[in-house]
Amino acid sequence: MRYVLRRLGFFALTLWAALTLNFFLPRFMPGNPLQALRARTHGKVSPEALQQMLTSYGFKPHQNVVSQYFAYLGNMFTGHWGVSIGATLGQPVRQIIGQALPWTLGLVGVATVLAFLLGSLIGVLAGWRRGGMLDSVLPPVFVVTSALPYFWVGLLLILVFSVWTHGWLPSDFNYDTSLQPGLSPGFVGSVLQHAVLPGATILITAIGAWILTMRNNMLTTLAEDYVRMARAKGLPDRRIMFDYAARNAMLPNLAGFAMSLGFVITGSILVEYVFNYPGLGYELYNAVQNTDYPLMQALFMLFTVAVLLALLICEFAIAVLDPRSRARA
Amino acid sequence: MTALLVDTSGAPPVETVARRRGGFLGAVRRSRKAQVGLAMLFVFCVFAVVPQLFTSVRHPNDLAFAPRLPPSGAHWLGTTALGQDIWAQLVYGTRESLVIALVAGAFATLLSVVVGVSAAYLRGVGDEVLSMIINIFLVIPTFPLIIILATYAGKGTLPVVLIVLIVTGWSYGANQLRAQTLSLRNRDFLEAAKIRGERRSYVIFAEVLPTMTSLILATFLGAALYSVLTAAGLQFIGLGDPNSISWGTMLYWAQNQQALQTGTPLWSIAPGLCVALLGASFALINYAFDEISNPALRPVRGRRRRRARG
Repeated sequence: MRYVLRRLGFFALTLWAALTLNFFLPRFMPGNPLQALRARTHGKVSPEALQQMLTSYGFKPHQNVVSQYFAYLGNMFTGHWGVSIGATLGQPVRQIIGQALPWTLGLVGVATVLAFLLGSLIGVLAGWRRGGMLDSVLPPVFVVTSALPYFWVGLLLILVFSVWTHGWLPSDFNYDTSLQPGLSPGFVGSVLQHAVLPGATILITAIGAWILTMRNNMLTTLAEDYVRMARAKGLPDRRIMFDYAARNAMLPNLAGFAMSLGFVITGSILVEYVFNYPGLGYELYNAVQNTDYPLMQALFMLFTVAVLLALLICEFAIAVLDPRSRARA
Repeated sequence: MTALLVDTSGAPPVETVARRRGGFLGAVRRSRKAQVGLAMLFVFCVFAVVPQLFTSVRHPNDLAFAPRLPPSGAHWLGTTALGQDIWAQLVYGTRESLVIALVAGAFATLLSVVVGVSAAYLRGVGDEVLSMIINIFLVIPTFPLIIILATYAGKGTLPVVLIVLIVTGWSYGANQLRAQTLSLRNRDFLEAAKIRGERRSYVIFAEVLPTMTSLILATFLGAALYSVLTAAGLQFIGLGDPNSISWGTMLYWAQNQQALQTGTPLWSIAPGLCVALLGASFALINYAFDEISNPALRPVRGRRRRRARG
C-alpha cells in the first residue's frame, strides 16, 4: 500500500513538474507570446476578444505570477484549455484535440502495440536458438533499423510505394476526402489504406529495439536455474520457451514499453508530419508553426499524461505479474 | 522507489571476459559490429574535417547550377530544385551533424556522470531528490518539449539546438550510472580506499570513474545517437537554422520543395541516409559494447562468479 502511494506521489509530482515547466517556459524564454499573438491577430480581432483569449491562455500580465500560476493549474485540470490562437483561430483547444486524438490513438497506438508484440515474439525465438540462423542475422539488422530516423523511413516508403508506383498506396492525409465519413466499407477501407504507410514506418523503426531487448532478456533468463530445472524435468521445448523463459523475460520489457512511449510520441509527431496525418503530433507541429500557445500547452500536458498513464498501468501490471517487484517495494 | 524505472536485467552475459584483456581496443578487435561502426564514423570524421577534398564546390548553399539536374559526372547526386550540388551539400553538411552529435553527446554524458554518480554517493535525501529529478526527466516526453523549447527560444541557432539536446538527453545515462555506482559502492577496493583514508573526491575520480569507463562510453554513444536523430528531426520540421549547411536542413528544403514528388528524390533520400548511417555507426559501436562490457546490465550472479575467478 505504501508502495502504491509512493508511486502515485511520484506521478503526481512528475505531472506537476511538467505542468510547471509548461507554465514558466514561455515566461522565461526570449520572445513574448503576447507579441506573437498581437502580431498574428493584428486587425482581425477586437481588443476585447484578444483580452479574453489571453485570459483563457492564463496570461494576465496585471496579476501577479503566483495567482496566474494557480489559475493555470486549475484550468489545465478542469479542461479549460482555452482557445486556439493559431491557424484555427477561435476554435476551442478541446475541440481540436478531440478531433485529432482518435487518429493518433488508432494509428500510433495500434502500430506501437503491434511492434511490441511482434518484436517480443521474434526476440523470444532469436534468443531461444542462441547463435542460430535467426540470432546471427537479426541483431545487426535491427541495431541498424532502430537507429533510422522515423521521418526518413516514412519518406523512403512514400517514394517506393507511392511515387514510384504512381499512387499505389496513399501518402497523404487520413482518408480519401471525397468519401463521406461513416461506417461504410469504402470509408473504412480508405482509412486502413491510408494507415498502411505511416503504420509501417512506425513498425519498422520501433520493432528493432523490442527484438534486441527481448532477445537479451531471454538469454539472461535461459541461464536461470528454474529453466535448467524445467529441462531436467523433461518438459517440451515449447513449454519451457514460453511458460518458463519468455514470461519472465517479458517483465523488464513491459517496464521498457511504457518508457518507450515517449519515443513513440516523438516518432509519431514526425511520422504524422511526413504523411500529413491529422493526429495530435500534426496538431503540435501546426501549433508550433503558428505560435499557438494554448494548443501547445494542452498538447504537451496531454503527452505527459499519456506517458504517465501508460507507465502507471505497466507498473501495476508488473506488480501483479511479478511477486518479486512487490517484495522489493 | 525507482526499482521499476531502472531496467536492471537486460543484456546477456556475453563474452564478459573480453573487457579484462585489452579493454576498449580488445573489445573492438573482437567485434565485427564495432569495427563496422568505427569505420563508418571514421569516414564521416574525414568528411567533416576536410570536406574540400571531396568536392570542387566551395559554397554548397549558393544557387550556382541549373536546377533539377540528374546525377552525372559533374554532379554525382544531381542538383536540387534550387540549383545546389547535392553531393557537395552532403559533404559539407557532415560537419554540423557530427559536431551536434559529439558536443551534445559529450555534455549530456558529463551531466549524466555528475548527477548519476553524486546521487549514488550522496544517499539519503540528496539521492531521493536527484533520482526524482532523473526520473521526471526520464518520463517527460522530450521531443514535444524540444519542439516547444526551440520555438520559444526563437528557432534554431546551433547553440539553442545544442542546449535543448543536452537538457533533454542526459537522464537515461544518469539513471544507468547511478545504478552502476550503487552496485560498486560496497566493493572491496572501494572499502580499501576508504580505510586508507583517501578523500572522497579521490575515490570518485581515481577509483569509481575508471571502473565505469565502458558504461560512460556507452552513455556517450547513446546520447550521441539520440542527438543525431533528434537534431535531424528538429531541422527537418523547420526548427533549425534554414541557412545552415547540414543534413537536417537539406531534408527541410527537400520537403519544402516536395523533392519526392517532383523528381529529385535523392535530395531527400541521401541526407536521410547519412543521418541513418551516422546513427547506425553509433548504435553498432554501442551494441558491441553492450555485448562485451556493460556491467550494469550484467546479471548479478555472473558478476560474482567472474570476481571469484579473477
